[in-house]
Amino acid sequence: MTKVRAGMTKVVAGMTAALIVAGCASTEARAPKVAAPKPPQDKALLARGEALSALGNCRTCHTRPDGKSYAGGVPFKTAFGTVYSTNITPDVESGIGAWTETDFIRAMREGVDRGGHNLYPVFPYDHFTHVTDEDDRAIYAYLMSRTPVKAPHPHNELVFPVNIRASLGVWKKLYFKPGPHHDDPARSRAYNRGAYLVEGLGHCGGCHTPRNAAGAEEPGRELDGGEAEGWHAYAINARSQAPVPWTEAQMTAYLKHGWQADHGVSRGPMAPVTDELGDVPEEDLRAIATYLVTLMGSHAAQHAPAAAQDTSSEAATIYAGACAQCHDGTQPLPFGGIALPHSIGVSGESPRDLFNVILYGLPAAEGEAAPMMPAFEGAFDDRQLTQLAAWLRVRFSGREPWTEAQLEHELREARRKGGEGARYPAGGNAIDPAKGSSRP
Amino acid sequence: MKLDVNGQVHDIASEPDTPLLYVLRDELHLNGAKYGCGLGQCGACTVLADGEAIFSCVTPVSALGGRRITTLEGLGTAARPGAVQRAFIEEQAAQCGFCIPGMIVRAEALLRAHPDPTEAQIRTALQPHLCRCGTHMRILKAVRRAAKA
Amino acid sequence: MRPARRDFLRRSGALVVSFALSPAARAQQPGGHDADGLPGSLRVAPFLDSWIRIDAGGAITVCTGKAELGQGIKTALLQVAAEELRVPFERLTIVTADTQATANEGFTAGSTSMQDSGTAIRNAAAQVRELLEAEAARRWNTGVEGVHSDGGFAMGPGGQRAAYGELASGLSLHVQAKPASRFVDPRDYRVVNRPIPRVDIPGKVAGDVAYVHDLRLPGMLHARVVRPPGYGAKLVALDARAVESQPGVVKVVRDGDFVAVVAEREWTAVKAMRALAEMAKWQESTRLPDAASMPRVVLGLKSEDTVIHDKRATVPAGARTFEAAYTRPYQIHGSIGPACAVAHLEEGKLTVWSHTQGVYPDRQAIAELLGMPPAKVRVIHAEGAGCYGHNAADDAAGDAALIASHVPGRPIRVQWMREQEHAWEPFGPAMVAKVRAAMDASGRIVDWDYGVWSNTHSMRPGPAGNLLAGQHAAKAFKPAPPRPLPQPAGGGDRNAIPLYAFPSAHVVHHFIPEMPLRISALRALGAYLNVFAIESFMDELAIAAGADPVEFRLRHLEDARGRDVIQLAASRFGWKPGVRAEGGRGRGFAFARYKNLAAYCAIACEVDVDAESGRARLVRAVAAVDSGQVVNPDGLRNQIEGAILQSASWTLYEAVSFDAARVRSIDWATYPILRFGAVPETVEVHIVDRPGMPFLGSGEAGQGPTGAAIANAVADAVGRRVRDIPLKAARLRSTRG
Ligand code: FES
Ligand code: FES
Repeated sequence: MTKVRAGMTKVVAGMTAALIVAGCASTEARAPKVAAPKPPQDKALLARGEALSALGNCRTCHTRPDGKSYAGGVPFKTAFGTVYSTNITPDVESGIGAWTETDFIRAMREGVDRGGHNLYPVFPYDHFTHVTDEDDRAIYAYLMSRTPVKAPHPHNELVFPVNIRASLGVWKKLYFKPGPHHDDPARSRAYNRGAYLVEGLGHCGGCHTPRNAAGAEEPGRELDGGEAEGWHAYAINARSQAPVPWTEAQMTAYLKHGWQADHGVSRGPMAPVTDELGDVPEEDLRAIATYLVTLMGSHAAQHAPAAAQDTSSEAATIYAGACAQCHDGTQPLPFGGIALPHSIGVSGESPRDLFNVILYGLPAAEGEAAPMMPAFEGAFDDRQLTQLAAWLRVRFSGREPWTEAQLEHELREARRKGGEGARYPAGGNAIDPAKGSSRP
Repeated sequence: MKLDVNGQVHDIASEPDTPLLYVLRDELHLNGAKYGCGLGQCGACTVLADGEAIFSCVTPVSALGGRRITTLEGLGTAARPGAVQRAFIEEQAAQCGFCIPGMIVRAEALLRAHPDPTEAQIRTALQPHLCRCGTHMRILKAVRRAAKA
Repeated sequence: MRPARRDFLRRSGALVVSFALSPAARAQQPGGHDADGLPGSLRVAPFLDSWIRIDAGGAITVCTGKAELGQGIKTALLQVAAEELRVPFERLTIVTADTQATANEGFTAGSTSMQDSGTAIRNAAAQVRELLEAEAARRWNTGVEGVHSDGGFAMGPGGQRAAYGELASGLSLHVQAKPASRFVDPRDYRVVNRPIPRVDIPGKVAGDVAYVHDLRLPGMLHARVVRPPGYGAKLVALDARAVESQPGVVKVVRDGDFVAVVAEREWTAVKAMRALAEMAKWQESTRLPDAASMPRVVLGLKSEDTVIHDKRATVPAGARTFEAAYTRPYQIHGSIGPACAVAHLEEGKLTVWSHTQGVYPDRQAIAELLGMPPAKVRVIHAEGAGCYGHNAADDAAGDAALIASHVPGRPIRVQWMREQEHAWEPFGPAMVAKVRAAMDASGRIVDWDYGVWSNTHSMRPGPAGNLLAGQHAAKAFKPAPPRPLPQPAGGGDRNAIPLYAFPSAHVVHHFIPEMPLRISALRALGAYLNVFAIESFMDELAIAAGADPVEFRLRHLEDARGRDVIQLAASRFGWKPGVRAEGGRGRGFAFARYKNLAAYCAIACEVDVDAESGRARLVRAVAAVDSGQVVNPDGLRNQIEGAILQSASWTLYEAVSFDAARVRSIDWATYPILRFGAVPETVEVHIVDRPGMPFLGSGEAGQGPTGAAIANAVADAVGRRVRDIPLKAARLRSTRG
């Protein structure tokens, strides 16, 4: 369950592999300039559009931390240079103010811009293609009703040949499967609604599905666990390693509030997702939960009780001096630290996020109450960190210990790129400390 | 255990899980690092470990045996202030001054890594630090001045 | 050597002089005549040597009963003294609040230090110089007119020179002050109105001993208090044996509901405190009101109403009526350094080092708490982190004193934890203001009706019951009954009377004695909400009148100095009627004269609001201030800048969070304040120079105008008025939530 900035590096890497036919000319047809349409006044339509764009998490990728909502310009760093997200406010010059509804639907469906040029697949049209016209229309209406912001698109800084958009055509031919979502008649309405949202607009697989060498989501491995901005996006299907099996109610609450008493707080690139979902109708969140919990099944949490651990090791002392006051303290979630036996960070398939959280902490939210954790980046060396992670794993999860190689590799990766995705304040939107302590 | 603070090696008697902050203040009688929250939320206790800024309030001393710790005192004295300290004096960047040591140490770490930081880099670096007196504008000026010095 | 570089411990130990200057004691002074006509704090301490002392070696010490709270008061007072004495600034040292060494100047609060102490020191210094010059004239057998002073010397007409120290040795400065002094002509100022660098900053940026937190007395022990989970909780059971037998733990103090642990080392005390907190069983009873409906709760509490302004005129027919209500929540002082104190009981004498704002009232409270004669208790001010009013400083002093009484013989250092400071400090009270106005067709306000509902804004010590230790100890003291602070300064009604010239105006202070949460003085007191309300409403009326907000204010303001700061702020900001800020930003303006009798301050600002998320950010602020004769322009700027940034944080983000049983905002995650990510791009402060005019307090002048200017700018940006502080994202979102 993480948002889409997904394996952008891989997407671009995959594109080079697919660039055997670089001669393919782009269709440079310039579309005529159109005056900004009048904002539509249909309140119900706008409200639906708002909820849908929150489900699609448009804002996160299209808003700089210091910028106006939807005005784009967020850099996506890759091994081949930087791609910037676009301005999707209705500004005619720099945004999508000149786009017609048809242009918009075509972009969602086919992954092309108004002029017919292929879009970089960092825009997840491999999922958005499943969104219905009706939903696209609502999203379009909502975006068009936003305040136009003049914010010219920074020039993408990509190296040859990735900088030739036409090359994207090849990638699309190989990996892009356009078309609508099909319901499973044997399943409940909620399940089908959940499946539609997860696979379509919610584009959960963008992060939670592993990608192949060409940077495309691996067919057959949907939601097996993937990567986002240097963070591991946990498996959210039958392979889930959650220490407490998710229930529908728990997951609904988690998506809505950004935390749940038995599962902790959302953090890393998942945090802005739950932040957006706070405003989505609960019914939709429950549908997502129904679908995902069905996928997970009931066998998620079979593990041995945690092992006794020696308390005199260096890792144990670090835990006592640095971790215990919050993770073993009296302050309950979401503002107190999670009791580590409940932490997916400790019991999950990869130690990456455990390292990310220890290294970069949970940053403060500007002016909003939100869970915080200090960054220990400079405090501990690699040996201490791997020992600490190994110790926590054995002490609190009762799962197979992580191998030394795995620990070293994941720590290296976390140091290399995890900081980027660690900038999001944890939790959902505006948690009230007076209510936060009651279990949602 | 032994601990290297401001270039001097000390024998430490405190228990191994004691946060560095209490060792610095109570055992070594150094005042620079301040207790502000003990939770890693305010930055008042910031010191350098091998040049990197850390919160001394949540770092057990035993983890720092092999590291070189630098506190505010290691950057200069009132009579001979270091470059960052001098910039803070010249900008009169303090009201109560309680948050300032942490800011100075953080700025020192920033300037070692980025001698010519952008405005955004300065603000991002100082994000873990709180000032309640509202001295922020002067703190920013002081860091800019130190970068130019 | 400059005072800040000296260890204040040694300092305060060295300078012990007899000090019997309470009004009662003063009446017994030989030759004491009525001191009430004297300026500033000379009224409470009319002898010159209470303020200025010169030893034979020529060392000059300035004494003040006020305390350095980070406002730069030491430097400013030294400047005043140096100027009037005609002595180089560097030659002076200063002693601040100490019950055994300085005058009883009450509290360092309300931006009155320059008015009280500054005025006293200015007069005392000028009169000491006169005495020295007269002494020189006597020695030289010449007329006093021919003698002048410079550089610490008196100089005669024939080139004679005598050092102050030499002259002072033949002279007693234990002389009653006169009501008037012969001052240095402001045109000849060399120290005053100069940006003299603050004396305390070099030591603070180098890690010298600067705060009470840094005190280390021989044999000192570390203590932590175990606070109840909430107000009014009673300790039912506590088995402290396991903790008490831990190595390094000296004692577990239990005195009624007051629990503390004393240990050799600080970390041992922290761990023991946590262990005790886990073991203690409390019975919680207090029902706190619903935080979300606080304004309704405030209006529903019983109030004692006083008309504080009543100027009725008939309202012309046809005037349009407008009304609105404005609210603020409970907010914290939020010192960056939690409270700390050291107390030492030895041979029946108790010494307490505290960052209290009032050493004398604190002494009185501690003496009552321990049943000791006040003369056996000495309270010495030692700096803390900025306090912004009455925070937990006095409580920590009370804690230290009570613990020291159980562990006599060794100095006890008590340090509050972050969560204790957040939950237990006395908050700034929640308030409501309602205003109704009538405006004629020409856009003139013809009637103004204003009411403000508030608790008191001072539950300071004096009485032991105002200390937490006093409330929790076995021999418990009740808090003193709350009282409204009197006009013209006022408390909840501070700045409730508009400064504008309305033909008809009526203002009521609805004083609410019942205090659901623990409260006391937070910087600016009621002025923060009253200025927020008045200046927001002026903006709303200006919009209704189709007038420019700056012009609309000037239209209603006769006070010339007020008009000056408004015009200066507007012009430096580049305010132009009808011109919108760029990029969808909003601009706003506000003005007030603090307490209606201290500094004038006008602020223009620009905010950026992201309509989708509702996040507002102060981008730019321009202030103009008139604080009479300026002593240190850089210090004044520093204060106003600080006020703007602090008030921006209050206004945009802050509210105490609590449920029925407990305060829930207990750290910086649950009670967020401004961080660097949202700090403005620029803040400018412009000063109106008023040479020779009386000092006007300015430490709290900026808070009210900043809050209102931000609210007005937000309304300008989003086209919608938010009247409830804080202006949080959720309240500003265009469609969400
Ligand atoms: S005291 Fe360490 S971060 Fe606040
Ligand atoms: S100067 Fe007082 S907290 Fe920053």
